[in-house]
Amino acid sequence: MSKRERVVVAMSGGVDSSVAAAILLQQGYEVIGMMLRLWSESGREDDNRCCTPNAIAKARRVSAILGIPLYVIDAKQVFYDTVVRYFLDGYARGITPNPCLICNRQIRWEFLLQRALALEADFLATGHYVRLSQDTCGRFQIRRAFDHSKDQSYILHVLNQEKLAHARFPIGEYQKSQVRQIAEELGLPVANLPDSQDLCFLGAEDYRRFLIRNIPQVVDPGPILNQNGQKLGEHQGLAFYTIGQRKGLGIASPVPLYVIKKDGRQNALIVGRQEELGIKDLMARNLNWVSGEPPTSPFRALVKIRSTAQPVWGSITLLEDRSLTIQLDQPLRDITPGQAAVIYDDEICLGGGIITEPAVV
Amino acid sequence: MNNLSRRKIYLDYAATTPVDARVIETMMPYFREVFGNPSSIHEFGQQAEAALESAREQVAKVLNCQTDEVIFTGCGSESDNLALRGIAFGARLGRQANHILISPVEHHAVLRTAQQLAELHKFELEYLPVDRYGMVSPQEVEKRLRPSTALVSIIYGNNEIGTVNPVGEIGEICQSHSIPFHTDAVQAAAYMPVDVKQLHVDLLSLGGHKFYGPKGVGVLFVRKSPEIHLAPTQTGGGQEFGLRAGTHNVPLITGLAKALELTQVEREQRAENLKPLRDHLVGSILETIPDSLLTGHPSQRLPNHASFVFHNVDGNALLMMLDVEGFACSSGSACKTGNPEPSDVLTAIGLDHDWALGSLRVTLGVGTTEKQIDQFLHVLPGVVERLRRLI
Repeated sequence: MSKRERVVVAMSGGVDSSVAAAILLQQGYEVIGMMLRLWSESGREDDNRCCTPNAIAKARRVSAILGIPLYVIDAKQVFYDTVVRYFLDGYARGITPNPCLICNRQIRWEFLLQRALALEADFLATGHYVRLSQDTCGRFQIRRAFDHSKDQSYILHVLNQEKLAHARFPIGEYQKSQVRQIAEELGLPVANLPDSQDLCFLGAEDYRRFLIRNIPQVVDPGPILNQNGQKLGEHQGLAFYTIGQRKGLGIASPVPLYVIKKDGRQNALIVGRQEELGIKDLMARNLNWVSGEPPTSPFRALVKIRSTAQPVWGSITLLEDRSLTIQLDQPLRDITPGQAAVIYDDEICLGGGIITEPAVV
Repeated sequence: MNNLSRRKIYLDYAATTPVDARVIETMMPYFREVFGNPSSIHEFGQQAEAALESAREQVAKVLNCQTDEVIFTGCGSESDNLALRGIAFGARLGRQANHILISPVEHHAVLRTAQQLAELHKFELEYLPVDRYGMVSPQEVEKRLRPSTALVSIIYGNNEIGTVNPVGEIGEICQSHSIPFHTDAVQAAAYMPVDVKQLHVDLLSLGGHKFYGPKGVGVLFVRKSPEIHLAPTQTGGGQEFGLRAGTHNVPLITGLAKALELTQVEREQRAENLKPLRDHLVGSILETIPDSLLTGHPSQRLPNHASFVFHNVDGNALLMMLDVEGFACSSGSACKTGNPEPSDVLTAIGLDHDWALGSLRVTLGVGTTEKQIDQFLHVLPGVVERLRRLI
């Protein structure tokens, strides 16, 4: 009998990674659990969404039930240096960064993958809802999850062939409800936990308070202007607002007003009526193509501008310097610099990049 | 137990030991047959009390002390807590003493307790210097003794680095100045003599599970003497001469006593079996692994104990990789939560960050064989090599 293939599962104590481990065991792999201990603000460790002492205890319980070893790996410093710094620097520059992208690229699929490989594992598996396939040339492809409502390909568009060669996503073929059912059948003490969301290192806290503590200069009041440059009020600092936001502007107006864009140069928050919201043209840079090669430009494809957004059609033109422009078929209201624009050929995630500020276009 | 169907070799006897079959046999009747509460008046209670007092006699005999100097506790850490808090508060009440003297390489049960006494109760905490092996010099103790010294506490055999302190000499000095002297002998008791008269100690802590006894039971020896006054830290029904309230855990206490008695008899033979294996292990590792150091004293150390640091190696990852290879070891301190802080002990002996984070403790015991050590030596260099490539 040939040697069993070894897989390290990134465990969180939650239902998805627990069931991922269970499925891999059923598939005959030799399974080892690893749990990342990520950064929390000093004194707030218990609030972290994914690696509290309680979550670690949960993961240990699950591992004991499944009969797999579990090791907790410290990644606090590297997480802070890459992910948290990226988050803070992004807000300091006036964009709305997506730290999960960096975490997946630098922490899970670099730091943790290296540790899994050092353990002589063949694969690293996560509880992400995506599917892995290969094209006719043997190149790996990321496909949207069977459960579209849970699909996490948006976040994983940062992966490349080298990493995907070692990747396993066991729950991508399942509905979330099936995953919960498997957990229940196996008696895993995770089946009824709510889904995790938001940023792990913020815990239950509003990101604004975190920003104020860590980069006090984000408190930087300035004018709220309409498209004509007329002053309607005052904002507390551009970092505290998101594109498309309606509530909390503190302006009395006969019609609802929305945040349309942030003008960093004037430190102005530009607001407008609903019909003024939405743009069709955007630019993205720091591109990653999952296949390793860019598609032939220009081309038409589906585009997702947020992890929860519906894909929409657009025409894409590649530029020099790992960037591209997208002209969407219809305007979208919440195109946000700092988030990713991810490009799909039907079910296949081709890749994507970080949306730049409109001023750059 | 897990899906990695491979060898499982235990090399962490300093963390805990399996209970000796003879000890289990001793304990068995006291779970169901003789289950009474020793404090009860009736015959059930009297039988349990007889077992308890017989266990106390066994322990007293090994410690070479009186029976009323043996206090049963819940574990070694509890013994340390009772010793430090009890003496500190007692000495403050009795003679206004406010000064606590410990080494910087104490087990956390002593270190954290002393630190809390300093922080919350305003005792003055002073650390003795140690040499690069983590050893305390008796002269340094003598220099620092004051009339206001409430307590001196120095570890007997170090859990992390294995160094054995000259407890007897330090004890003599403290005794001549009439200053209470406590030693944490939890790690040492499996291999070192624990005759309290020879050691000149006033208080000594033991934990059952370190010498093939059960977990959940410990001993604090407290010398009967006008100078030694303990304030109880756990109050209640007045058990254990009023020093440790709580219903006696008779089965575990009988188990501890039996295990200690067996250790007394077999200690030297056990050491004789393990020392050559340990020396082979140390020699081979230092020879085959570049940038490796033995931590702790080369000769004045526990005979089953080997501890190392490897330059630029992630110690937690090392333990994980060894476990996957089938070897259960430790870094010297329990850091299961993955905190990469260098240990207080390794910092105290002057190791910098790049060394101190790469620590490994390999401790042998009754089940250890030459073959196991050879298998370990076969695997370790490659694992260290792989980890160095990772950083």
